[in-house]
Amino acid sequence: MSAVTIDDNNLDKIMNQPETVAAPTIEAPPAKPRRTPFLQTERGKALTEALAKALRAALPPLIGIALFILLWQIVAASGGENGLPGPAKTWQSAQALFADPFYDNGPNDKGIGWNILHSLYRVGAGFGLAALVGIPLGFMIGRFRFLAGMSAPIISLLRPVSPLAWLPIGLYVFKETEPASLWVIFISSIWPIILNTAAGVARVPQDYLNVARVLNLSEWKIFTRILFPSVLPHLMTGIRLSIGVAWLVIVAAEMLTGGTGLGFWVWDEWNNLNVEHIIIAIFIVGFTGLLLEQGLVLLARRFSYE
Amino acid sequence: MDKYLQIENAEMVFDTKKGRFVALTDVNLSVKQGEFIALIGHSGCGKSTLLNLVAGLLDASSGVLLLGDKEIKGPGPERAVVFQNHSLLPWLTCFGNVYLAVERVFGGRETKKQLRQRTQAALELVGLAHAMHKHPHEISGGMKQRVGIARALAMEPKVLLMDEPFGALDALTRAGLQDELMRIVHETRATVLMVTHDVDEAVLLSDRIVMMTNGPAATIGEVLPVTLPRPRDRLALADNTHYHNLRSRVLEFLYQRQLKHAA
Ligand SMILES: Nc1ncnc2c1ncn2[C@@H]1O[C@H](COP(=O)(O)OP(=O)(O)O)[C@@H](O)[C@H]1O
Ligand SMILES: [Mg+2]
Repeated sequence: MSAVTIDDNNLDKIMNQPETVAAPTIEAPPAKPRRTPFLQTERGKALTEALAKALRAALPPLIGIALFILLWQIVAASGGENGLPGPAKTWQSAQALFADPFYDNGPNDKGIGWNILHSLYRVGAGFGLAALVGIPLGFMIGRFRFLAGMSAPIISLLRPVSPLAWLPIGLYVFKETEPASLWVIFISSIWPIILNTAAGVARVPQDYLNVARVLNLSEWKIFTRILFPSVLPHLMTGIRLSIGVAWLVIVAAEMLTGGTGLGFWVWDEWNNLNVEHIIIAIFIVGFTGLLLEQGLVLLARRFSYE
Repeated sequence: MDKYLQIENAEMVFDTKKGRFVALTDVNLSVKQGEFIALIGHSGCGKSTLLNLVAGLLDASSGVLLLGDKEIKGPGPERAVVFQNHSLLPWLTCFGNVYLAVERVFGGRETKKQLRQRTQAALELVGLAHAMHKHPHEISGGMKQRVGIARALAMEPKVLLMDEPFGALDALTRAGLQDELMRIVHETRATVLMVTHDVDEAVLLSDRIVMMTNGPAATIGEVLPVTLPRPRDRLALADNTHYHNLRSRVLEFLYQRQLKHAA
């Protein structure tokens, strides 16, 4: 008789022998408490609730967008052959357009990326100049009643002028389109900055100014420690409105001046009768404006106290 | 010095839309150095106006105001003001608010380190060392008022002017701050002119109570010396007959002689 050694190889064999019987289980081990499914735990509930809330918040805009696209499709389809391009066609065209946004085939044929950047640059430069002039002017008008009286009639007369009415003056004075379009941005975006800054200065609480008077602060300290921080929220509103106006105006101005930029591109595509591109341009203008606005709102929130 | 702060025949007339409004007339008062004066009177009688005249925030229509033999012309840091609504700058921390004042008064002669030490000492004096780097909106109303006091004291003013500094606080907080103010004034030997409409506060804190008649053309009706020994303890005073006599004198002035008819 040979000794049976148990090793990995014959273990299975032994276990499967008919005479090897599994020891009867004396008692079933107590059932482990079942783990609560994740969605029924506190955290799970919080998660589902947050998801439901997000869904409820997202639902109306999503339905709105869907309806808009549907309406667009209907309008496009009802036009037949010569109707507006539909959403699908426009989408395809947009994909092709954004596949290569930064090509450069000479002065009048540049990628869409370049055109957007050119428009943004003009808005930035024109607005920058407006801020450079408008912010100090607003502070002075707000602080000195005499200046406010002096400037009131001029501002009320010039502010309602349609921005593009300034373009010929710019063209005449500068003889070139680039500075002329900056001039249009400058003159149309300066009013919100001046007016909001001045209103902010006029609304600095008397208490703060009394503190300044009791401390006998220098005009510079009054400006840096009291006026400027106190006016900053108003100033941010002015900047937001001003960039909004600048963005509205630049597209129109570029249609007239030509060369580069989103406005020029819209006009160029109109001449090419590429209606899909015109529609895409409208979306780009809207989307960029939205981003600018939201960015500035976020920035403004950082500067509000309490 | 017997006459540190002097107000002589001060009159204040406001030009309003309805014409001239005489707020104060014939106001005469002299305050000794280190004295604590409480200014009491019905609402609208001209307490703030008088305080603002001393602060220099208003110019008297006629009469003379002198501080240490120099005429008061315009506001200045030697007459620090604790405003009723604290008037802290919300964009500066507690430290920053006090530092602004310290820098203005001592900036020319002291190093930045010394200025910071002064600021810190002032905040410690009012028990706010722990909240130094908080912004005003992060602290309670009582704490804000303490920062206001710290700011004023840090300037080492010749006179500390307070316009109902505890008026907006609840009773418990107010009592705590009154006790603290007593301690601080004792430590710093400050000269104080404090507007209040609280009779207990006036008796507890002051050396003299200046009682004002009702406006228009308000003036000083009576001056009551508060001859209670210091340090004063609000609990011990509760059954001090002299304290109660003083209290009734003020109440009698306010509610019998200057009864304000409901408008
Ligand atoms: N700048 C001002 N112009 C016109 N009237 C004022 C002005 N300041 C205060 N007054 C009037 O002077 C009177 C006293 O005011 P105030 O000193 O604030 O009273 P109190 O501080 O005792 O409540 C009131 O009738 C008030 O209407
Ligand atoms: Mg008052």
